Amino acid sequence: MRHPTIRIIHMSIKKLSIISFSGDFDKLVAAFTLATGSAAVGYEVNIFFTFWGLNVIKKRKGRYPLGKGFLARFFGFLMGGKNHVPLSRLNFAGASPKLMTYMMRNRNVATLDELIEAAKALNVNFYACEMSMQILGITLDDFIPEIKEVLGVAKFLEKSEGGDKLFI
Amino acid sequence: MMTKILDITKEHCPMTFVKTKIELSKLQTGDKLEVFVTEGEPLENIPKSATEQGYTVLEITHIERDIHKILIRK
Repeated sequence: MRHPTIRIIHMSIKKLSIISFSGDFDKLVAAFTLATGSAAVGYEVNIFFTFWGLNVIKKRKGRYPLGKGFLARFFGFLMGGKNHVPLSRLNFAGASPKLMTYMMRNRNVATLDELIEAAKALNVNFYACEMSMQILGITLDDFIPEIKEVLGVAKFLEKSEGGDKLFI
Repeated sequence: MMTKILDITKEHCPMTFVKTKIELSKLQTGDKLEVFVTEGEPLENIPKSATEQGYTVLEITHIERDIHKILIRK
C-alpha cells in the first residue's frame, strides 16, 4: 500500500526575542544590531535583559553603588552602568570599548548608543529579568523608562512564543 | 503631500534600513520618501521590505556610479 507523503511546511512568524545576558560591549552591539535590523524589516522584537545585561539599562549611566544591602551595592558599583560595559575579551582595563567606539565612528558604523536609540525609535520591546533584579537588589525605578515590564521565565516564554530566540 | 529626502549612501548595516524605516514611519499617508542608496544590500533589500510592510515603491532610478534613488510612497 502506498503511503502519501506528508510535507510539513514550517512557517514561523516574524518575531525575534533576544536574551541579553552577557552585558559585554561587543555582544550588546551584536544584540542591538540584530534587534534594530529585524525591527526595521517588520519583525516584532523583544529584548529580555538579565544578569549582566541589566547593567546597560540602568538610569544612572556611571559607576554607582546601586542596590539593597552591602553586597548588592558592591556588585552594582563594580558593574559600573552603561558607561563601563567591558569588551568580552581584550578589554585592556576598559580602554577597548572607547577605542572600539572611536573606530566605529570613523568608519561610519553605528555606535552602541546609536543602536540603543534606534531600538527605542523602532519600538523594540525591552523587558527586565525578575530573578537577577532580586539578586542585585534593583527595582524597575532604577531602569530607563523604556523597560516595559519585569518578567519571569513563564512570561518570557509567553511573549517569545512562535518566534526565534537568541542568547547573547 | 510631502516628499522627504534621505541619504543613506554613507551608512552601513543595519543603519541603512533602520534609518529608512524610521523615516518611513514618520510619514503621513500619501507622503513620499526619496532614499539615496548604494548598490548591494540596501538596493536589494529596501524596496523588498518597504513593499512587504505595505509601502509602495514608485520607481528606482540610477543616479551615477553606484548610487541609486528609490522613491517610496506611504
